[in-house]
Amino acid sequence: MLDRISPFAVAVLAALVGVVFAIVFMEQESDVAVISMVAAAAVAAWFAGRIGVPERVARAAEINPGGVSAIAAIGGLAIIAAYAEDHFPLLMLATVMLYATVALGLNIQFGYAGLVNFAGAAFFGIGAYTSAKLVGSGVPAVLSLPLGGLFAALIGLLLVFPVVRTRGHYAAVVTIAFSVLFKTFLEVNDTFGGPQGLPVGAMNLFGWDFGESPTLFGIEASFYLNYALAAFVILALAFTLVRRLERSWLGLALDAVRLDETGAACYGIGIRRAKIFAFVLGNVIIGVAGALYGCMQGYVAPTSFTFSDSLIFVAIVLLGGMGSPWGMILAAAIVVVLPEKLQAIQEYRFLLFSIVVIAILLFRPSGLLPRRVRRYFPEGGR
Amino acid sequence: MDLFGQYVINGLMLGTIYALVAVGFTLFFGVLDVIKFSHGDVLMVGAFTGFTAAAGAAALGLSHPALQLAATVVFALAGTALLGAVIAKWLILPLKNAPRLNILLATLMLGTALRESVRLFYPDGSNPKAFPALLPTSAWQFGQFTLRVDSTILVVTGILVIVGLHLLINRTRLGLAIRAVAQDEETARTMGINYTLIVLVTFALGSGIAAVAGVMDGLYYNEINFGMGLLLGLIGFSAAIIGGLGNLYGAILGGFLFAALQMIGAVALPFASAYKDVFAFAVVIALMAWKPTGLIPERASDRV
Repeated sequence: MLDRISPFAVAVLAALVGVVFAIVFMEQESDVAVISMVAAAAVAAWFAGRIGVPERVARAAEINPGGVSAIAAIGGLAIIAAYAEDHFPLLMLATVMLYATVALGLNIQFGYAGLVNFAGAAFFGIGAYTSAKLVGSGVPAVLSLPLGGLFAALIGLLLVFPVVRTRGHYAAVVTIAFSVLFKTFLEVNDTFGGPQGLPVGAMNLFGWDFGESPTLFGIEASFYLNYALAAFVILALAFTLVRRLERSWLGLALDAVRLDETGAACYGIGIRRAKIFAFVLGNVIIGVAGALYGCMQGYVAPTSFTFSDSLIFVAIVLLGGMGSPWGMILAAAIVVVLPEKLQAIQEYRFLLFSIVVIAILLFRPSGLLPRRVRRYFPEGGR
Repeated sequence: MDLFGQYVINGLMLGTIYALVAVGFTLFFGVLDVIKFSHGDVLMVGAFTGFTAAAGAAALGLSHPALQLAATVVFALAGTALLGAVIAKWLILPLKNAPRLNILLATLMLGTALRESVRLFYPDGSNPKAFPALLPTSAWQFGQFTLRVDSTILVVTGILVIVGLHLLINRTRLGLAIRAVAQDEETARTMGINYTLIVLVTFALGSGIAAVAGVMDGLYYNEINFGMGLLLGLIGFSAAIIGGLGNLYGAILGGFLFAALQMIGAVALPFASAYKDVFAFAVVIALMAWKPTGLIPERASDRV
């Protein structure tokens, strides 16, 4: 049925449908409308899978990677533009993008290098607290984002030795312990505001004040538009980096380390170096996202960076499909937006969320958009 | 000196509870090579079952504390043993061949589901419950040092449970079957061991022991809440890991070690006692760097 249309056209159509769906979905207020749209999306996704849309989109991405990324970027910007005047949807969109960025960082760690990290929220929190401390003491915001990443990586270095030496469940305990330790530390430490947390000043990027509402084409937009755009840029950078990494020899080496350490070592891959590289790079990405998140929320408190929040990040990675960058964005959108939209079941959202994740693990263990085998030379290339 | 004594008793108490939780982790890991992360929340369900049973016994007119205590323990044990077997049957066995991370996450999510269910569906479940004081409240006086009867009973019970488990694993046919399954599933099957049954029994056993820990925790602090299992589960898991997974004695050692670390963090170190968990978990991380497969390693790892 789709054979007469070029893969690229299929990708454009799919993106168009996705963007229209996202915009209409975010408008919905009633639970009936939200639930029926989710059901419709599930049926549509199933049908699209049956007639081979994912294969064609993937093929289009192989033949013309730049084009497909450009479509996705335009689609993302279109959704942001559609809500340029509304605070709440923009905050939600920016949160989705930052969570997706965190998932991309974690993806380098467990999707590629096979390192378990149950302290995602802790590194996210290190980024957020860094920007809280720095923006408050007058450091320019343009520095606070990279410094957030840097501090996340530096504090992560404390864990490098145990993380590299341990495996499997033993590695899990290291990051779980760190996650609990981090939150407890913040709660009892006065320099970081204790349980009440710290306020974060608005970001200011080369005179562009993030706390002020920008006026575009004669319309006064929400000040969250600044953050949504910044989150978009960070997500786009992280996404590009992860895609490049996956295609590079480094990504191949990380995959080899994950699949068979002994074998990888026999082929001359430095296992320790590969693991340290993946752990540090992942933490940098998570920390940068956290720094922007702190500024956006205007407030950081220990309760936002608990072990349960780390679990939500891990769930995003598994839900999306380990190693699949597109899957991370889709899963982040589902995990962030769905509970917010289902206000009536707000009470029950964690319960439903955990049941959904268990169901996915039981029935679709490779995630919603499973990672494909990497192909360096597409058949019938361009 | 008396203060020191109180800390030792307190540490022993916590150590017993942690060891009982850790033993469950290590039993499950032994038979199935999986980590069942919902263990802490199963413990919480056990504590709530016990709490309900005590209230029920009181409502039925069984006013004697010993009878109420018996009802508490019996129902908590039976309820969690059943819950453990159900979890093993419907969640863990189907996922047996899935990647480790998937099982870890599935059981973590199950823990969240249990926690949320209690919070939402137990009457007034979001508030802490005052656990009835079913043990005698008297105390022995040794000079300056006061030894409370209830703490003593709890520590002794916990140690008896551990000894009983040790005898069960090492001296009975059931224990032999559990050890056989833990060592090699296929060989155990060819020897006529009912593999699924042994797995279910092991999960029931481990969960029942967690319920004992949950009831002990409730009796000791006189309070239970829906979130109590999360930290206890994490501590039990850390204890099982620092001891060395799959090793019963490692788990016990790990449990007492963790309690000792918390006590040291609370009293012996210069910083505020609020940092005791920070200290204990930091030492856990350091221990993992030093002994990556636990203090009593389970098996040799391959090196290149």
